[in-house]
Amino acid sequence: MISSWSIALLILGPLAAAALAFTFPKQGRWMALASAMVTVGAVVALGREVLVGGVQTHHVGGWSAPLGIDLRADGLAVLMLGITALVSSAVTLYSPPYFLAEHDAEALHRGRYFWPLFLFLWTALNGLFLTADIFNLYVTLELLGFAAVALVALAGKREALTAAMRYLFVSLSASLFYLLGVALVYGQCATVDLPSLAAKAQPGPTLWVALALMTGGLLAKAALFPLHFWLPPAHANAPAPVSALLSALVVKGAFYILLRLWFEAFPALMTPAVAQVFGALGAGAILWGSVNALFQKRLKLLVAYSTVAQLGYLFLLFPLAAAREGGFLAWSGGLIFLGAHACAKTAMFLTAGNILHAAGHDRIKDLDGITHVLPISAFAFGLAGVSLVGLPPSGGFAGKWLLLSASLAQGQWWWVAVMLVGSLLAAAYIMRVLSHAFTNVSEPRRPHPIPPVMEWTALALAVLAVGLGLAASWPAELLHIGAPAALGGPGL
Amino acid sequence: MIRRVPIGILSLALLAGLAWAVLSLPATPTGLTAESLVKLPESGVTNPVTAVLLNYRGYDTLLEVGVLLLAIVGVWSLRRGEWPAVDLRDRPLLMSLLRVLLPVLVLAAGYLLWIGAFAPGGAFQAGALLGGALVLVLLAGLARRVLQRDRLLRFGLALGVLVFAGVCAVTKLLTGGMLQYPAGSGGKWILLIESAALISIGLTLGLLYLGGRPALKQEDSSERSPHAHD
Amino acid sequence: MIEADHRIFLLAGAVLFAIGFHSLVVQSHLLRRIMALNVMGSGVFLVFIALGSQAPGPVPDPVPQAMVLTGIVVSVCATGLALALADRVQAATGKVELEDDAQTHRNATDATKESRG
Repeated sequence: MISSWSIALLILGPLAAAALAFTFPKQGRWMALASAMVTVGAVVALGREVLVGGVQTHHVGGWSAPLGIDLRADGLAVLMLGITALVSSAVTLYSPPYFLAEHDAEALHRGRYFWPLFLFLWTALNGLFLTADIFNLYVTLELLGFAAVALVALAGKREALTAAMRYLFVSLSASLFYLLGVALVYGQCATVDLPSLAAKAQPGPTLWVALALMTGGLLAKAALFPLHFWLPPAHANAPAPVSALLSALVVKGAFYILLRLWFEAFPALMTPAVAQVFGALGAGAILWGSVNALFQKRLKLLVAYSTVAQLGYLFLLFPLAAAREGGFLAWSGGLIFLGAHACAKTAMFLTAGNILHAAGHDRIKDLDGITHVLPISAFAFGLAGVSLVGLPPSGGFAGKWLLLSASLAQGQWWWVAVMLVGSLLAAAYIMRVLSHAFTNVSEPRRPHPIPPVMEWTALALAVLAVGLGLAASWPAELLHIGAPAALGGPGL
Repeated sequence: MIRRVPIGILSLALLAGLAWAVLSLPATPTGLTAESLVKLPESGVTNPVTAVLLNYRGYDTLLEVGVLLLAIVGVWSLRRGEWPAVDLRDRPLLMSLLRVLLPVLVLAAGYLLWIGAFAPGGAFQAGALLGGALVLVLLAGLARRVLQRDRLLRFGLALGVLVFAGVCAVTKLLTGGMLQYPAGSGGKWILLIESAALISIGLTLGLLYLGGRPALKQEDSSERSPHAHD
Repeated sequence: MIEADHRIFLLAGAVLFAIGFHSLVVQSHLLRRIMALNVMGSGVFLVFIALGSQAPGPVPDPVPQAMVLTGIVVSVCATGLALALADRVQAATGKVELEDDAQTHRNATDATKESRG
């Protein structure tokens, strides 16, 4: 079967753009724009192919697994690629004025290196979502980690550098844990092809340890409580478009691999106890992250702690999707939640960047009257907050609703309690920001002007986060294609 | 330190788990030796490791060449490298050693690249030698004028990725599969990729030694990185 | 059970990995932590090589060998990046260790106050 160009372009487009953006440093933004157009086109084409023809596979080199590497696009992969394309395109539009807003040498320097690093990040994400090979996943993880760390360090301040260094240590050691797991899997099963592992995997000491190593590494990369310690400083001190990419996409790469490993490669090892442990960690993340978000003084740190909390909801997917009844309900709920969070969090970090640019700080208590000077940004923050809290009709609501329905149907009421408390806490920390933002002040300060595109991209993503709730049946339909057989009975 | 005890216990537990895992591996491992050898005649090379690297799992290597480029982009974004302050004109012995060593290293790199198709060797081994040669050049303070040509360096560093990605696109056009070489021509494509990769790998490894972007001769002051350690 | 001589290498890989991990967490000097990462990596590569060498047949399994080669290249790149970053951290904070977040924040605030005052 000759596969179409869409899969090839999703890898080669951003990769070539990254190399060219480095070779021609002044053309970076145009390379990114070209890559965005190619990638969006390719995702749309691939989505149609998957909807019409089912799961698409590209045997790279003409060899099929186990000798070669397969690139595989099912509904889940297309959804993730689509979210990545959306967020990255928004960042492509947002970043040129962001890095050029201050005409000094440092901003110029940052701006030049931002583009190749960002395009490598994009390549890594597309590669990660497409590959069906657990060793190739390691290479994409390293690409992703290097790019992410270098992007954090671009901010140049001591906090950012310290955060980047800690992030690099976590990221590299986590990759090695993952790689050692891959070695053990290869020793046991003689293949690193994800789909064929399910048939070959016999639960035993080697595979248990291998899976524990890989999971441990990936949980650190996904910043799941209690391994989240590196995330808030890294995400809060990075340049705003970088924070958006990290919170919206990068941590989800590791989560995605965990889904593939536990539900597709090794469903036999997914015991109820394992599922409950994932859920418990997720619940811990929701409570710990939300409470910490409530007490932050800086807006970007608040948004970063909110990411810690929101990642927790994703991990509730494990106990709920592994159950016999309504597994797919929870699966699609968790992934719709992921998409809504990606859009909402991008909007929030871009907004925070606007506020930083306009006001010169992001201290929450001094945000009074910011709505007067940045009405569009403040509106975008509020809309994104609606989705983050999970108010109808937002995407966050749709995702939580599906997760809630699944847990009620399965009688796992304790997750319901966690989700409700988490939503109340989210409402509290969002309201804390909004109450300052919407305070009337007698004489508003004179802010630095903000280029309109920086406000509108943030708003567009916030609107998408809310709109996703109205169109939630569409991703659910996509997710049916190639959904893991391990998911309990049909849901929708 | 209070932390030491729990960390020690954690590390010992890790070790115990790992030992348990490796000792439970199957007695007769299957691996992919047989498959690799059966398909070897179709791969265009006779060295099985090269066949894995550039044919069966060539896609890994594409991303790996990307990792190399990304590393140098990251390092350059972080800081500016300093030229080693050495003047070898008053060290005639070292200078004459370099006169012999450098051509030999370059020759050996070329040999390793060529032999990689049949025996242990290949672009990475050759690139390591070339990188070593470049480190010697840097240490000796030679060829600074060439190394100050920013565009040339950037092009050389990106060459591996650009050619590799180009081969992916061309093979996709010709055969319908990325890196699926037309029958019988695998060896030539592999040599093309490896030659381009060799230049980029050698440059990357050598320039990583500088630890940053080489300082340019007449650097536009507006482009000067504030992070530089001048 | 597998042959004894391969088990030695597999176990040595496990030991290297555990030592590397322990040092990474316990040590605070950035250079030592970077070295610790390299020791961890060597452990992983040793396991891969040992797995490939015990395969039956005339030659060792080439697949793990190629994977190790990929891994080594990645690890060289990681070390280069880590060293450059560590140098920047030292230049910015004057320390060869990572400050905890509160300390970083405090120092940064002090620095701003000093520059203002």
